[in-house]
Amino acid sequence: MKFHSRFITPLFVLMILTALMLISCEKSKEETPEKPAETTENQGSSDSHGAPTAAPPEPSDTIKIGVAGAHSGELASYGLPTVNAVNMVVDEINSKGGLNGKKLQVVAEDDVCKPEVATNTATKLVTEKVAAVIGHICSGATKSAIGIYKDANIICISPSATNAELTLSGQYPNFFRTIANDAAQAKLQVDYALHKLHVKKVAILHDKGDYGKGSATLAKQYFEESGLAAIALFEGVTAGAVDYSAIVQKVKQSGAELVVWGGYHPEASRIVKQMRTKKMSTLLMGSDGLKDETFIKTAGEFAEGVYVSGPQDASKNILNIKAINDHKSRFGTEPGAFFINAYSAAMALTNAIAKAESTDFQALSTTLKKESIDTPLGRISFDEHGDVVGSGFSIYQVKNGAFKEIK
Amino acid sequence: MFHDKAGYFFELFIGGLTKGSIYALIALGYTMVYGIIELINFAHGEIYMIGAFTALITAAALTAFGVTHPLVLVSVSGITAVVYASAYGYTLEKVAYKPLRNAPRLSPLISAIGMSIFLQNFVLLAQTSNYIPFPNLIPPLPFLEPVSHIMGTVDFIILCTTAVIMILLTFLIRKTRIGTAMRATAQDKTMARLLGIDVDRIISFTFITGSALAAVGGVMVGSKMGQINFYIGFIAGIKAFTAAVLGGIGSIPGAVLGGLILGWTESFGTGYLTSDYEDVFAFSLLVLILIFKPSGLLGRNTTPKV
Repeated sequence: MKFHSRFITPLFVLMILTALMLISCEKSKEETPEKPAETTENQGSSDSHGAPTAAPPEPSDTIKIGVAGAHSGELASYGLPTVNAVNMVVDEINSKGGLNGKKLQVVAEDDVCKPEVATNTATKLVTEKVAAVIGHICSGATKSAIGIYKDANIICISPSATNAELTLSGQYPNFFRTIANDAAQAKLQVDYALHKLHVKKVAILHDKGDYGKGSATLAKQYFEESGLAAIALFEGVTAGAVDYSAIVQKVKQSGAELVVWGGYHPEASRIVKQMRTKKMSTLLMGSDGLKDETFIKTAGEFAEGVYVSGPQDASKNILNIKAINDHKSRFGTEPGAFFINAYSAAMALTNAIAKAESTDFQALSTTLKKESIDTPLGRISFDEHGDVVGSGFSIYQVKNGAFKEIK
Repeated sequence: MFHDKAGYFFELFIGGLTKGSIYALIALGYTMVYGIIELINFAHGEIYMIGAFTALITAAALTAFGVTHPLVLVSVSGITAVVYASAYGYTLEKVAYKPLRNAPRLSPLISAIGMSIFLQNFVLLAQTSNYIPFPNLIPPLPFLEPVSHIMGTVDFIILCTTAVIMILLTFLIRKTRIGTAMRATAQDKTMARLLGIDVDRIISFTFITGSALAAVGGVMVGSKMGQINFYIGFIAGIKAFTAAVLGGIGSIPGAVLGGLILGWTESFGTGYLTSDYEDVFAFSLLVLILIFKPSGLLGRNTTPKV
């Protein structure tokens, strides 16, 4: 051998490490404007751990509020805005002297949107003795965590977990949410497809997950009940597969005019890309799992025309404008997914704690259902199942690289 | 009606073919490394992912400097990806496998899994967890335009690349000096060394070649999928590994055959039965083949080394 591998190896390692670091620095500089989640993550977490702010008050003088959701991993863009939202609400209340004479403290825990991690997250928050939890973000993770909170008598308000069973099954009296459930969402999708798009044949695909399969099954049920459209296909696909050409081919063969996708955006953008490269004009409709800027970024031109249901646009609400502006001035970026829902959840929770003058489970639960409060979502309260009253879904369509509300 | 059915079959066939050639392209690297040092390099999928990331970053940098000619873009970013991935493969072997060469067989395997997790998280931290859009580096070929609904340009290029690489590798191993040395190393490292073969160098060469192939795969599949993240290597790696075992691990044509069979199984399984059980079909097939032919379809029957 011409060279000594003794020297060459460390040299290679050094070269690779430095090069990638340099690249990553450069990239983050390049991408800052488009990457709210990344930048807010750092600020959010440094805030939530509260190191720079004054020493935390005595435990008995604080009310701890847990925030759980995907704070890292591929779905972090769904979870991080919630951390920021809760921090903003909590800081505002603390600056006014706190609640019931006590300061609020945020305890953020990551569940990576994975059910198996979420149980640990929940246990951790329970041992931290949080008074209530804002979260979790994904339905699957919420389902696996909610029982643990129930046993510990802890209220849990999710800004984004839309799985219908969480509230409608009646098993979890401690569960609330500031987003309409999948049943309402699926009903809206089906109505829109039948009465506005006038489709006669649909293919329903899902990613086999709790959220995706759940919403797809509901859509199927409503299509069947209506009797107005035939279901050509109802199938689950493997999330993260390298290629979806076979299922796309099957959709083409089935002659469906519309694909209803139950799941998240990474698969959806690949499916729509393959449909378009196969020159199919089949429409695609997704639920709020697609209503993320990342979907438009990764699917690019192929995202145009895709229908997506998502929380109602409350952008004209004064509280909403204020919350978003506060976020911009504090973090310098647009807030991101479910920010408003999380902000409203935090407002509803803190309001209930103040009104009930306690963090007792029964008192909080009754107050949440009884009291209405003005939030960025509008004036909201909760029904007997824990579902939000006063905020719903609309249908959006991707037009010129942005989601546009059309109903 | 018949024409319609035949057309559907044909399209599924082509779909399976391209999917299979993706698996095969990655499987070639697995099988080559295994063939020489009998190590399942679980970090191979991560090398593939790093190749894709390098190409993406190079392409972005080139575009930022105003280079937009598609041929320049694809060749420069492709070559950078290959060079980078090869450097990673070389280092990987030196750091994680060479010190364990005489350890029990389980140790390098665990080391490989460790490197796989390390590289995934390294890219996760250095880059981002989000999916990043991957530019379509491969310009559409005009003569494929009429059939682009069945087979796109990228599919076609992947297919050709896999075929060419398979032929080149087979030639390299069967006919060249270094190929002879590789086969000798595979048979018996000690004997090869006694006969004057620099075994370390051969093994390094194997890793460099395997990693270069993975990078080519990364660029191709990135272009096809249109998005990449730190996790793509894991899923592609598992499937490619399955393909390599199916075809007989250690055999170059076996990896390609295994990949194609896996692709077709998934494609026809989805097309005629249901996509819910796509993975079940693929892995049932693997189990069946391993029951009846434990060495894989084209695997060598292990002859006792004397």
